[in-house]
Amino acid sequence: MQAIQIIFEASLWAAAIRIASPLIFATLGELICERAGVLNLGIEGIMTVGAFAGWFAVYHGADLWTGIVIAALAGAAFGLLHGFLTVPLGLSQHVTGIGITLLATSLTYYAYRLAFPSVTSPPKIATFAPLEIPLLSQIPILGDALFRQTPLTYLAFVAVIVVAYVLYRTPIGLAVRTVGENPAAVEAQGIDVTWLRIGAVAVGSAFMAIGGAFLTMSAFNSFYFDMVNGRGWICIALVVFGSWRPGKALLGAILFAAFDAYQLRLQQLAGAYLPYQVFLMLPYILSILALIAMSRRAGYPRALMIPYRKGER
Amino acid sequence: MRLEPRIEAASSIWVVAPLVAVAASFVVAAVLALAGGASPLSVFAAVIKGAAGTQFAFLETLTRATPLIFTGLAAAVAFRAKLWNIGGEAQLYAGAIMTIVLGTGALPLPAPVLIPMIMAAAMLAGALLLLGPTFLKTRFGVDEVVTTLLLNFVMVLFVSMLLDGALKDPMGLGWPQSKKVIEAAQLPKLIHGKRLHLGFVIAIGAALIVWFINARTTFGYEMRAVGFNPRAARFAGIPVNRVMAKTALLSGGLAALAGVSEVAGLKGNLTLDLSPGFGYTGIVVAMLAVLHPVGVIAAAIFVAAMFVGADAMSRTVGVPNYIANVMVATALLTMVTAMLFTRFRLKLR
Repeated sequence: MQAIQIIFEASLWAAAIRIASPLIFATLGELICERAGVLNLGIEGIMTVGAFAGWFAVYHGADLWTGIVIAALAGAAFGLLHGFLTVPLGLSQHVTGIGITLLATSLTYYAYRLAFPSVTSPPKIATFAPLEIPLLSQIPILGDALFRQTPLTYLAFVAVIVVAYVLYRTPIGLAVRTVGENPAAVEAQGIDVTWLRIGAVAVGSAFMAIGGAFLTMSAFNSFYFDMVNGRGWICIALVVFGSWRPGKALLGAILFAAFDAYQLRLQQLAGAYLPYQVFLMLPYILSILALIAMSRRAGYPRALMIPYRKGER
Repeated sequence: MRLEPRIEAASSIWVVAPLVAVAASFVVAAVLALAGGASPLSVFAAVIKGAAGTQFAFLETLTRATPLIFTGLAAAVAFRAKLWNIGGEAQLYAGAIMTIVLGTGALPLPAPVLIPMIMAAAMLAGALLLLGPTFLKTRFGVDEVVTTLLLNFVMVLFVSMLLDGALKDPMGLGWPQSKKVIEAAQLPKLIHGKRLHLGFVIAIGAALIVWFINARTTFGYEMRAVGFNPRAARFAGIPVNRVMAKTALLSGGLAALAGVSEVAGLKGNLTLDLSPGFGYTGIVVAMLAVLHPVGVIAAAIFVAAMFVGADAMSRTVGVPNYIANVMVATALLTMVTAMLFTRFRLKLR
């Protein structure tokens, strides 16, 4: 009975929106890359870079929004590298992506250890404070869940609208969608396929890095090793679940996060009967199940993972 | 500037590419050393001394290379058939679990019987673990990269659960660790009083067997054909899905042996920090070896040398040992870039 009651608690949904926020940013980022035809398995490492870069900048006195910009730029830099290796050089997107994740993660850890050689507890920063939206936050349940979050969470929702608008209502969005389906058609329009794809990967990677920065600058107030903890891989599953559409991806991220928040509460309730690890496994297993469920209807961008070389068929 | 396909594959690059990759990783390391306020030469000297300067150091490098040979082979076998097994970490732990289940006294058998039994059971566990994602790939078209990656996280939690419950050592003072394996289940040390153990020899043997399978059997040919062009392989009458499944069994089994070797040869028991990412590093090892099984041995020793050397270096010079991880990742990316030039040449226009 109590297990069902939890679902109607505002605090569950507030937690769900909070947990969803980094996933929304990173899922949008991966979606942009894949829509342009490039799978970006660098996501896990790029989120780690973003988490560190933003936090480190703020620790050194930058204000929070500057930190976000720095995180985004750091992510975009790794995106450029991934784009350069996979687009003009046409290297395996699987292997390169794993390589980018290894490189980005290890560079971050190196930088962290260099800056803090032997600290037992990592230094903390003052993070984004919750911002209540007047009037709207007074709505029962919904107000608590949606309108008492940090500015970064609101930004995540705005980002979904902006990305959806750009993808479906602007010429550049049309070009990005087309280059993921039929790059030759884009070439015929006089648009450079190579730069368009690299650009999309860089922008997508910036989103991923902001998702990472959410962890250190809004969810927690410090940087830890392994703090991304597979969130990047989950976002790749969320892109498939969302059929490469921003709106559906948002829905997927919120459902996933609601489930994650629910299992956390269930742990306290049923922890006596089941080991806590079972609950922690559920989000990963749910991601796999979602992939299987969507596989039949998955509308992959046709040119996903296929390198484009001018004049080659 | 553009890339032009070569008519004939350039064979010299197979030798040049790994050298370029190693050189690039040292260049990046030099930059990082400078950023860390140390002279690159003193860092390199300390890394090399720490990895091969003394007999102890060199044996330590070979000990560290042992699990990497297994996970490297696992990746090399799978990648050859374009089966992207990124789940080496999970399969390693599957092997480690089987070692503890069978090797802590449940089977009172002599070593010559017990050790092969453990290895067989572990390989089966690892193989079945990879068969799931492979089935999802061939049957439903679910990307195996994501599923194998996600299973790594599930598996580590599963191990954590076992170490809190069924496999917890009652004498472990509450630490999440398993009982030690019995003496008959231990892989003997190669040199008395040193850490290098039989697992290293088994790893070399495994590499030779994989080389034989690749070069001299129909299955080896089929794996290559499926990896090269699955459509063409299907038209040629190769049962693509079945070859994928067999590849998965071999790959998962090899990665599981890394778990057996670490538990039965080195650590003695199962803990949550058994593998500092051996599964992921195996991918780098396989790529550095251009997926060649004998090359995997050399690549694993090189990568192990970087890690062992960097550990020693960080203690003396004080530059963080994560420099080794950066070098290894750089080597991976440079290697795949350099290999591109076996098929293409750069035309300056």
